[in-house]
Amino acid sequence: MMYVYLDNGATTQVDPRVTGKIIKYMNDRYGNASSLHFKGREAKKALDKARHTIASSINARADEIYFTSGGTEGNNLILKGVAFANREKGNHIITTKVEHKCVLESCKWLEKQGFKITYLDVDEEGFVDIEQLKNAISDRTILVSVIHGNNEIGTINDLKEIGRICGEKGVYFHSDACQSYTKVAIDVQEMPVDLLTLNAHKIHGPKGVGAIYVRDGVKIEGWQHGGFHEMGIRAGTENIHGIVGFAEAVKLSLSSKHISYMTRLRDKLIDGVMTRIPYVRLNGPRGEKRLCNNAHFSFKFIEGEAINGLLDDYGICGSTGSACSEKTLEPSYVLKSLGLNHEMMNGSLRMTLSRFTTEEEIDYVLEVLPLVIRRLREISPFKEEQHVFNRDA
Amino acid sequence: MYSTETLKRFKNPEFVGDMENPDAVGEIGNFKCGDVMKVYLKIKDDRIEDIKFETYGCVAAIASTDMMCELVKGKTLDEAYEMSNQEIVNGLKDLPPVKVHCSILGTRSLRDAIDKYREGISEK
Ligand SMILES: Cc1ncc(COP(=O)(O)O)c(C=O)c1O
Ligand SMILES: [Zn+2]
Repeated sequence: MMYVYLDNGATTQVDPRVTGKIIKYMNDRYGNASSLHFKGREAKKALDKARHTIASSINARADEIYFTSGGTEGNNLILKGVAFANREKGNHIITTKVEHKCVLESCKWLEKQGFKITYLDVDEEGFVDIEQLKNAISDRTILVSVIHGNNEIGTINDLKEIGRICGEKGVYFHSDACQSYTKVAIDVQEMPVDLLTLNAHKIHGPKGVGAIYVRDGVKIEGWQHGGFHEMGIRAGTENIHGIVGFAEAVKLSLSSKHISYMTRLRDKLIDGVMTRIPYVRLNGPRGEKRLCNNAHFSFKFIEGEAINGLLDDYGICGSTGSACSEKTLEPSYVLKSLGLNHEMMNGSLRMTLSRFTTEEEIDYVLEVLPLVIRRLREISPFKEEQHVFNRDA
Repeated sequence: MYSTETLKRFKNPEFVGDMENPDAVGEIGNFKCGDVMKVYLKIKDDRIEDIKFETYGCVAAIASTDMMCELVKGKTLDEAYEMSNQEIVNGLKDLPPVKVHCSILGTRSLRDAIDKYREGISEK
């Protein structure tokens, strides 16, 4: 049977060339970058080189990059670190309703510490409401945090425009770029963004490694205290093999060829689903403002966990935002923010590609998915509704 | 997360589908809050002669209702009415605790069908 991994938004296969580097640094170049002997210097050199690779991938300076244990830590560090370092300026932070959980939970925690948070709405395609943002900024605002590429529906927010607004008002601008990194070109000289969160495991690197970009001069306070690692912002012996793996993954991912390849397959998948299956809605925008690897649908009359359960039987990995798939038994708050009704939220299916996805795999999915949807609709009690739609169609 | 038995039933449910001229139909849930379950019964001499279900539901809802159908087929209405959800969970070997709420849809719509059947009889 064919195995098709279309859950690259959750995590990706590690590129074997990345694994090779990691093993080399675990087996042979295991030094501590703080040590003065040659083993330490070897590690320090690799650390510097990796920092340089990440920096140049977004046109930043090496001393503006700090390594972390991944996206969750990066977002926690930035939100809490900027909030507490700028308390004398104000206590207000602006974010959106469609951020990753680690941003929203950090904000909730900050509320308990006395900070005020504004959660911006998004439109039906998932774009942040710019007018609402402009009105929300006050002289007490210290930080605006808006996700770059949305992890569920793939919407890409305009960092240039949002950053310009924040810049005019003298407010720091942060963006969580875990999903968009290397899939959308990021240039911090062109984009007025002050802080970014990046991680490795969405781009064929290892889990548990990431980085933040902090523009020179931005006030941020570290949380993890200890030795003087990461320029005093984040203590702890550097995860050299992970960091080297991350940098290798970045080098291998940075190519417009990968972007156009994934875009073509994504559109083949989206067009195929929309034409072969009735009563389906594409969530998120089409075209350039959608992550090149994201497809997200809602199917009427059926439930998303069941869709994924049958796909699993055909060797296809996807995901859903349905209530039954969540431990909270609440459908995805991202889909709720789009204004979808319960039926459309619960009937959702996300398929996220990678540069390793093949044309044959997409063909296979386009063959199997209509069967799966039909099978579940056949046992759905919403027969009459289906007939009504059939007549209307 | 799911047991092998649950997945097996989910993938190949025996009792799905609708029924011609059922003696009773039960329905639980609604479009708004998620899962919906519909159960059809053929009843003879106060026993469940045949049973089918249709669902707008998740893996747990499909597998557990299929299990329930197997367990109640041939039972008297009283026996079927009294069947506990634990028997279904036992039949599936196991079910994640958060999924139990999806698994009770089957028993609830079965009881709804039996209630309606008995109301119909008493009205006659
Ligand atoms: C947008 C976004 N932010 C943050 C994270 C968290 O990153 P990590 O898994 O590295 O902690 C993820 C991935 O899960 C993500 O998709
Ligand atoms: Zn359920």
